[in-house]
Amino acid sequence: MDSPPPIRFELRRGAVTAIPLAIAVGLFGVSFGVLSVSTVGIGALPAIVMSAATFAGSAQFAVASVVAGGGQPIAAIAAALLLNARYLPIGVSVARFMPGGRLGRFIQAQLVVDESWAIAAEGDGRFDAHRLIGAGIVLWLAWVVGTVVGVAGGEALGDPAALGLDAAFPALFLALLVQQLASRRAVVVAALGATIAIALVPFAPPGVPIIAAAGAALIGLVKR
Amino acid sequence: MSDAWVIVLAVGIGTMVIKAAGPVLLGGRPLPERVQHVVALLAPALLAALVATAALSTGNQLVLDARMIGLGAAALAILLRAPILAVVIIGALSAGVARLVGVG
Repeated sequence: MDSPPPIRFELRRGAVTAIPLAIAVGLFGVSFGVLSVSTVGIGALPAIVMSAATFAGSAQFAVASVVAGGGQPIAAIAAALLLNARYLPIGVSVARFMPGGRLGRFIQAQLVVDESWAIAAEGDGRFDAHRLIGAGIVLWLAWVVGTVVGVAGGEALGDPAALGLDAAFPALFLALLVQQLASRRAVVVAALGATIAIALVPFAPPGVPIIAAAGAALIGLVKR
Repeated sequence: MSDAWVIVLAVGIGTMVIKAAGPVLLGGRPLPERVQHVVALLAPALLAALVATAALSTGNQLVLDARMIGLGAAALAILLRAPILAVVIIGALSAGVARLVGVG
């Protein structure tokens, strides 16, 4: 009979599996750092602290985009937290497999991002918590180090509009959106969300059209 | 406290709570099905709204400018299965070049 693999083996396996993804995540962090200091008024240190504490790319870029568009802080916060709401069911899916007390599980939960979650999945609804920790630490380091590098590089750049950096946002969100369009219903909701946002732009303060677009998700209440 | 720090703190603490809610508070208990369905659709709704506003709005105005050229180039890169960072760089560079030659 096989004995269960030791903890250190799974930690290392998670970390090694995450390395190719960590390169992409690190470069993604670089772009967050660049945009935070060049197009947006977030600033160097807040950008780095945000990457360390929030560790969720799309939400952080949403903050940067809303702030760059002149939105109020509350609009940026609401947009980011609504985007991160998807970590609620993701957290529930791994909860049963996390060892330790409340504090230990709280810390483990922070290491859950889409990539570490995928690496930890056994494919049958079960998850390996130690693989998740190993992968999560590598990805977190890549994200934070990438942000630091981007902040340093971004401060050396010139006029963001001339460089086309403002066009980086829609390109980025489109790439993230495409990954979310798994069902026909998601496509309908995305079209409705974009329509709501565009319709409100002339009337609502910047940032508010994005939050209002979240209402499109209520289509999920309709029985299929 | 500056606006940036207010945002960093609120988003940081809020995200930590969201991520930890399942493992610390709910254990393995599943969310109600209706909540799951709505939550699953929040990301496509918000990301689509972010694409639209980041590409088309300047303050309260809807404008067509070089950003749409960047977005078109990015869409092409996505169709060609380019990695996400390449998509972003292609989008930004195309818009930058379009401005240089005086389009948009």
